[in-house]
Formats: sequence, structure tokens, C-alpha cells
Amino acid sequence: MAIETISLSGKKKEVSNKKMNFWESLYLIAIFKGLMITIKHLFKRKVTIKYPEQTRSLSPVYRGQHTLMRDDEGRERCTACGLCALSCPAEAITMKAAERKPEEKHLYREEKYAEIYEINMLRCIFCGLCEEACPKQAIYLTKSRTMVKAQTDREDFIYGKDKLVMPLDMAIKNTQNQAAN
Amino acid sequence: MEEAIIIEKSVIIIAVFALTMLMAMYSTLAERKIAAWLQDRVGPNRAGKGGILQPLADGLKLFAKEEFVPNTPNKFLFFVGPAISMSMALMTSAVLPWGDKLHLFGRDIILQATDIDVALLYVFGVLSVSVYGIMIGGWASNNKFSLMSAMRAASQMISYEVAMGLSIIALIMMTGTLSIREIALGQNGMNWNVFYQPVGFLIFLICSFAEANRTPFDLAECEAELIGGYHTEYSSMKMGFYLFAEYAAMFISSTILAVLYFGAYNYPGMDWAEKNWGVNIANVIGIFVLFIKICFFIFFYMWVRWTIPRFRYDQLMRLGWKALIPLSIANIIITGIVMLLVD
Repeated sequence: MAIETISLSGKKKEVSNKKMNFWESLYLIAIFKGLMITIKHLFKRKVTIKYPEQTRSLSPVYRGQHTLMRDDEGRERCTACGLCALSCPAEAITMKAAERKPEEKHLYREEKYAEIYEINMLRCIFCGLCEEACPKQAIYLTKSRTMVKAQTDREDFIYGKDKLVMPLDMAIKNTQNQAAN
Repeated sequence: MEEAIIIEKSVIIIAVFALTMLMAMYSTLAERKIAAWLQDRVGPNRAGKGGILQPLADGLKLFAKEEFVPNTPNKFLFFVGPAISMSMALMTSAVLPWGDKLHLFGRDIILQATDIDVALLYVFGVLSVSVYGIMIGGWASNNKFSLMSAMRAASQMISYEVAMGLSIIALIMMTGTLSIREIALGQNGMNWNVFYQPVGFLIFLICSFAEANRTPFDLAECEAELIGGYHTEYSSMKMGFYLFAEYAAMFISSTILAVLYFGAYNYPGMDWAEKNWGVNIANVIGIFVLFIKICFFIFFYMWVRWTIPRFRYDQLMRLGWKALIPLSIANIIITGIVMLLVD
């Protein structure tokens, strides 16, 4: 067998320029076949997702907006160790640590906490390495659908603790749910 | 009696006019919907339920557009072009039968605006004039692309009119009449002309596509080479008139196809229905049957549009002059021989 005629996939077709016979040259049969192909599509299921009414389901590994978790007593978990900032490939995270005062025991779990914790949303690539690096399970990437809002000022993309820390009432609700279970 | 005829005919004319307009309007929606469905899309679905108000939105948009007139010495012709296109598309409907007759108020009402004995000639006359709408519009636009496109459209329509006329001669020989009403009546039962004149029907169908400037014969609107074709310079409602006239012409030519070859308003069992249920009910069903046939042909126009790519200009001319005209002449000769043999 000549090498040119071998078809490993079985899909190879010889191109031929043979002259069409009379019926083929009328194209009527070809046109009829074409019409049958197009009419089949008329009854096919449409794949369009009608966006505002329907939304695509998220991937199971979807990573959205960050949140700084609280523990079940409502205290911030973050101890400002800086491992998240170290692991961040985009260098989006900065923080400043502070020492906990005795009267702040109900606010922070560890003796050291993050006084300032900022993520630059223009830099963040939502890779989730901060979540993996965190020894205190303080930072998580949520399944939130809210995207980073468009702003006119670069400074507005730097999210501080006001946006990142989990709201207190949400933490309370979580604790109550856990207690109920 | 005179007043009764005037009222009767006015009602029919207005009804046919309204029907043509409505069908042309909803053909634009149907075109977009069917195009979408054939391409596995959804199509316009925002205006009204399932996009049912889309034609109104389109019309409103066209009205709101700027009325642009190019710097042309032929301002009058520039306005006349779309008007001719539109009126010619509507005039053909005058001789088409929409049903046999209704018996109302003690009178037989023929469901036709006018039953002239040379109706087919009239149809062809009006079709010939409709070339002028495109030709004048393209000429008066003072734009070389418009002019080239108008030349193409005009030569295409004139070429295919020959084959169309020849294909219809075989039909006239067979039925022995030029009156469309009599042709429709002669197809009673299942004696549809398409069974006796399949080749003639095929030629007529292809020529109808060319006359209506539909794909695969829409060379007049070659976006790639001629911008928008002969209506490049048109905007607002003048543009709307051209587009609308195209859809009205499509509706009318679908009607002609259904009436001449597909048995018009006749359906199997019409005589039985007339005997048992009365003339009126039988004919109302007939009108609906005709309507279904028309809708099928309109759908067919759109179906073909998304199946067959556009012809090249030389292919178009070769098909028209070298294939369809000899074929239709052969069809006439064979019809004549068969008629002689049968007699």
C-alpha cells in the first residue's frame, strides 16, 4: 500500500475532480440535501442562555471575592503573619500588624492582629494561593458573584478591612447555625 | 346595485392592502426568527412576548432616523424610486383571487379586487415596472455603488422575466386562459398545476427568487462589494419603503406561486364541504388554506436563503440565459406535443 493512501484515522478522503454527470450538474439534488440539513437545525435545541433571566451556573472551583473570616466567637482570625502576602504571586496583599490590647480580647483571636489589611484588586488574579498559605484559616475566596466594581480612581481598587472582613452579623448567624446543627 | 359593488370592492381592496402590509411587517420578524432558528440561535425576543412587537419597534426606529438626501441633481427621482417600488409591490394584489366567492346579503361576492381577463399579462406588466423602482433609486442616488447595484438588479430582473414569461406560457397553453380566477377555478379537486407542469413550476420558482431579489439571487445587495446595494444612500422611511416593498413583493410572489401552481384556495374535499356546510364555510376554509400555502412559500424563501450561497454574476447570467430559457422553451414544445397527442 502506498504511503499516500494510508488513512490511520479512517477519515481521509481522496479529492477528485471528476466531471459531474447530468443530474449532479443540475445541483437540484445537492440543493435538496442542503435544505434538509438546514431544516434539521430548525428543530434543534437552542444553546443560547437568555442572560438577564438565566445565568450560567458557577464552576465548582469558582473563586470570587476575598473575605477575612471570624471565628465562632466573632473574633477576627487573622494574626498578620504575612504568609498570604508572601505567597501572593501578584503581590496584591499588604498588611500592618499590631499588638492586641487586653481590652480587645473579644475582637481578635490571637495576640497579634492586622491593623491594616489591604488587597489591591487590580493586581489580584484570584488564584487562591493566599487561602492555601493561611495557617489560621483566616482568608477565603468566596463563591460571591459580585465582581470588582468599575471605578475612576486607582485608589478605590485597594480594598481595606472595611470591605474584606466578614460582617459581624454574618458571623453571628453562622455561629447560631452551627449551634442549631 | 352600483353602490353595493363599490362598497364590496372597497372592502376587498382595503382588506387585501391591510393583509399585504401585515404580512410584509411580520415577514421581517419571521425572516429574523427563522434565520436565527436555522442557525441555532433564538432571534429577537425582547420587544413584546417572544418578539411579537419587533416589527413595530423597527418601524418606529426607521421613522425616527435622520432623513438624509444626498447631493444629487435628481432629487425628484430620488423620492420617486421607493414610491414606485412600494406601489408596484402592492398593485399586483389587485388581480389575485383570495377565494372563490362568498354568499352574503343575498349577493355572490367574488373574493378578488378585480377579475380582468388578461390578469397574467397585468401581473407581468407590473413586475416589469418594478424594475424602475430600483433603477431610478440607484440612478438618483448619485453614488457609483448604488448605480452598479441598480444595473445588476435591473439586468437580473429583466433576464429572469424572460424565462418566467416563457415558463408561464406552457401553463397558459394548458389552461387556455389568462384570467387568474379561471386558472384557480380550473385547479379544483387535486388538479393542481404543479402536477401537470413540474418543470414549469421549477423554472417559475427560480425566477420568482430572482424577481424578488432574494438569495441566492440577491446580487443587488452584495455587502462585500457594493455596500448596501441600490439603497446605500437611502435612510429613514425611504429605506424602510424599499425593505418593506421587498417583503410585500415576497408575499405577493408567494401568493402567485400558490395560486398558479399549488391549487390556489382549492383543497381536497372542497366540493363536499360546499355541498354539506354551504358556500361560505367552504370558502372561508379555502381562504385559510390559501394562506397556509402562502406562508409555506414565504418560509421556503427564507429557508433557501440560509441554505444556498449567493451566485456569482456570470453564474447568474449563465443560469438565466443558457439554462432556464432553453429549458422553458423545451417545456413549451413538450407541453404542446403532449396536448396534441392527448387530443
